Amino acid sequence: MNAAAESTFVADPYAAVGEVVIDCQVNKIFYGDFLAVRDSLVPIEKHKITGFIGPSGCGKSTVLRSLNRMNDLIQVFRFEGSVMYHGQDVYGPKVDPVLVRRYIGMVFQQPNPFSMSIYDNVAFGLRLNRFKGDLDERVQKALQRAALWNEVKDKLKNSGLSLSGGQQQRLCIARAIATEPDVLLMDEPCSALDPIATRQVEELMLDLKKNYTLALVTHNMQQATRVADTTAFFSVDISHGGRTGYLVEMGPTAQIFEAPREQLTKDYISGQFS
Amino acid sequence: MSDFDLTRSSEAARPMPQLARQGFEARALKSGLLTGLTWLAALLAAVPLISVMYLLLVKGGSRLFGADFAEVLTGLPPAGFELGGGIGPAIVGTLVMVGIASVLSIPIGILAAIYLGVLEPRSRLANTSRFLAKVLTGFPSIMAGVFVYAVLVIHWGYSAWAGGIALAVLMLRTVVLAAEEAIAQVPQRMKDAAYGMGCTRTQVIWKVVLPTGLPGILTGVLLAVAGAAGESAPLLFTALFSNYFISELSEPTASLSILIYNFSGMPFPNQIELAWTASLVLVLIVLMFNILARLIVQPKV
Repeated sequence: MNAAAESTFVADPYAAVGEVVIDCQVNKIFYGDFLAVRDSLVPIEKHKITGFIGPSGCGKSTVLRSLNRMNDLIQVFRFEGSVMYHGQDVYGPKVDPVLVRRYIGMVFQQPNPFSMSIYDNVAFGLRLNRFKGDLDERVQKALQRAALWNEVKDKLKNSGLSLSGGQQQRLCIARAIATEPDVLLMDEPCSALDPIATRQVEELMLDLKKNYTLALVTHNMQQATRVADTTAFFSVDISHGGRTGYLVEMGPTAQIFEAPREQLTKDYISGQFS
Repeated sequence: MSDFDLTRSSEAARPMPQLARQGFEARALKSGLLTGLTWLAALLAAVPLISVMYLLLVKGGSRLFGADFAEVLTGLPPAGFELGGGIGPAIVGTLVMVGIASVLSIPIGILAAIYLGVLEPRSRLANTSRFLAKVLTGFPSIMAGVFVYAVLVIHWGYSAWAGGIALAVLMLRTVVLAAEEAIAQVPQRMKDAAYGMGCTRTQVIWKVVLPTGLPGILTGVLLAVAGAAGESAPLLFTALFSNYFISELSEPTASLSILIYNFSGMPFPNQIELAWTASLVLVLIVLMFNILARLIVQPKV
């Protein structure tokens, strides 16, 4: 763990200070012949929210989805590098990607509840893992942690698709945390939500980081400043004719936004992107 | 300058906006005419089924809903000049052969659809298979009968098995294409969610794809069953006909459609009346499956 963590200090001494849960070292990520991301060291710290920001096509989602091997579902995807998780390389030859995803959960951009009841949605992962304990209690706990319990406790048998967008996203978060994963990856979880629902999900994230480690891709820089402890800024390199993303710099959110070390970061932050 | 002086344009300079409906304006007339035409076309589309149902009810209803309906539904077909009798063997035979066809074609069809829709949608095998299933849609149903005749009947004789297999050939295409359609419509994000929770591919299919696509799959299955129940051509060469209740699957078997074909050509009024009754029963069976299919796809609130 420490040895892995130290390798990141070489590249970016400010990137991580605490205990690193996932130490991601990307050498190259390909989609077919297309080089999507290169040379990026992204340590994810325990009980913190790591925000990934950057312009479209900079590879931040690709890197996030590489952490739990979601990209394996794309046939032409190829990952070169390592993702060290509790001392094991997630891309190691003996690793089952299905098991990786049970420890490193995921919340997606579009709320994607299953077309089953609210209860069954939350219980899905527990049943999948043949959970033997009190299912009702765990479902209630997950919904409470996702700040959804009070709104749905009287209609647990209703379809998950009957909820509003913000509620659906919190349901998906409840579903993801019901199995108590170690790390939660969130790929622009608020981009399909209105400001009120966004605020609720953000408050939820801040609450969740006490128990989980979160990594968050966001297009909204204000969101990064509101919730992320550490921010990673990615950019696109078009110098070789392609569009290859890479990590420009990473550090405590305040430092990235107030005193970035790289000119690219400064330009991006000061521009009125969001 | 004064030409473009917007501040001076007064209400007097512009006519009052005319918002009342102009019934006899050219475009209003055209719109009314076209609306009427589509209305008429929609009505015409409903005419065949309604008139067929009417005719069947008039001609066959008296026997089916009459005093001796039990005999009609369970009795043996009458011989020439004999009165009374029923279509029992044909009803049972049709149900048995449609059952055989369903047992054969539904599992194969759904498994094929899983391959086409989830596992390898873009592979060469999938493309070929999908194309062939579509070709089979336009395949004359009598060819299924001829095919099974050549492969099975020549060696083992006419049987319910042969009839069921011929119907299965015809059902397969409907089941495969409808189930693939239903499976393909399961949103990718639902599958992503399942993978993201640590589902294996098998679990994604069993726990998410099939339950979510189930209404569509069932609709396809029921339409296939309804279609098979009404087929006659494939049964001519395979199940032939029988005047008795089926006792073994390996013997010639009666079916409603063949009974209609046989009896409607006979010179006896009793048989002709029974042919009408059998037509009504057949249409009611088909209608029942269609209505079931409709009920299943209705969204749950």
